[in-house]
Parts: sequence; C-alpha cells; structure tokens
Amino acid sequence: MIIGEIVDQFFATQKHPCFEGHKLLLVQPLDLDGSQEGEQVIAIDGVDAGVGDRVLCVLDGWAAMKVLGKFKTPVNAAIIGVIDRIDLTDTGR
Amino acid sequence: MRLATVVGTVTSTVKDPSLDGHKLLLIRPIDHQGKFKEPIFVAVDSIGAGIGERVFYVANKEGSYPWYPELVSSDCAIIGIMDPQNFDRTVQ
Repeated sequence: MIIGEIVDQFFATQKHPCFEGHKLLLVQPLDLDGSQEGEQVIAIDGVDAGVGDRVLCVLDGWAAMKVLGKFKTPVNAAIIGVIDRIDLTDTGR
Repeated sequence: MRLATVVGTVTSTVKDPSLDGHKLLLIRPIDHQGKFKEPIFVAVDSIGAGIGERVFYVANKEGSYPWYPELVSSDCAIIGIMDPQNFDRTVQ
C-alpha cells in the first residue's frame, strides 16, 4: 500500500465495461514529508474518497479486483482507505 | 493504471495466434500535465483507441484480463480513453 493524495477525478466515457458504476481517481503518491513522489496512478475508488484527501492506495491486481468485486478484470490500483493521521517516531525519519 | 498517449501502431504478421484480430499500438506514458515519460512500449488495444488519443492502460498480468475468458498473450492493455475536458482541467 502507498500513501497518496487525490489530485482529480478521472473521467472516461469509453472504457472497459468492468469500470461501469465505479469512480476513477487520479492519485499522486506522497513521501513521508508530504511532498510528491513518483508517477501518478489511476485508481478505482472503494471508499468514496474526494479530491484533496490523503488516501491508502493498493497497487496490486488481486487487491484492486476485490474492491471492484469482480475477478479477472483489468484493474491494478484501488483506494482502500482515507488517512486520518500518520504518527511517525523519530527513528523512522 | 496509468496515463499514456498513443503515438503509433505496430504491425506484425507472424505472431502468437491469440493476438490475431487485436490492434497493437505504441504508447508513451505521460504525466497529468501531458509531459512525455520514458520508455515507449507496445500495448494491445481493447476499446478502439486511435493515434493521438490520451488513454489509460494496465500493465503486467492484468494486461491480459480485458478479454477474459479469452486468453491473449498481452502484458499491457489499453482499457479506456480519457475524456478531453478531464485533461483541460488538470492542466490548469
């Protein structure tokens, strides 16, 4: 799982049928200090997150398919939680 | 799933029979501002994308699932075309 921030909602009229009825979001992975780190990914929304939220995002097909509720579908990223707070000890910095 | 632009097509006569009838497209990953990223690769089209369109794709094992239960030897598949208004908004 990675920590990410939702940059935008992603709209696609023409898409694979497995995405029908599911919201797609553009997620920017974040570093621990909150800076942007790495390439943006498109993830399906499992928790009704919104733009600006800090979220937990899985980057694995099986985990994402479980959120979608359909297996053997072409999906490999999903948002599975909204982060309320992160506590980091000094040794982790 | 990630963003990319379709930059070309690939034609192959001798190929795995599972790829018969499928369109091979050259795609180049982009960021949300439309800037190109390396490297270019070949993806199998599942929704009818064309050159110049901004698409999203899925790589690895999931890249063979758009046609399931039909088995296609693909590790990268285009699974959607991004709506234009989406991009205009992201660029601002």
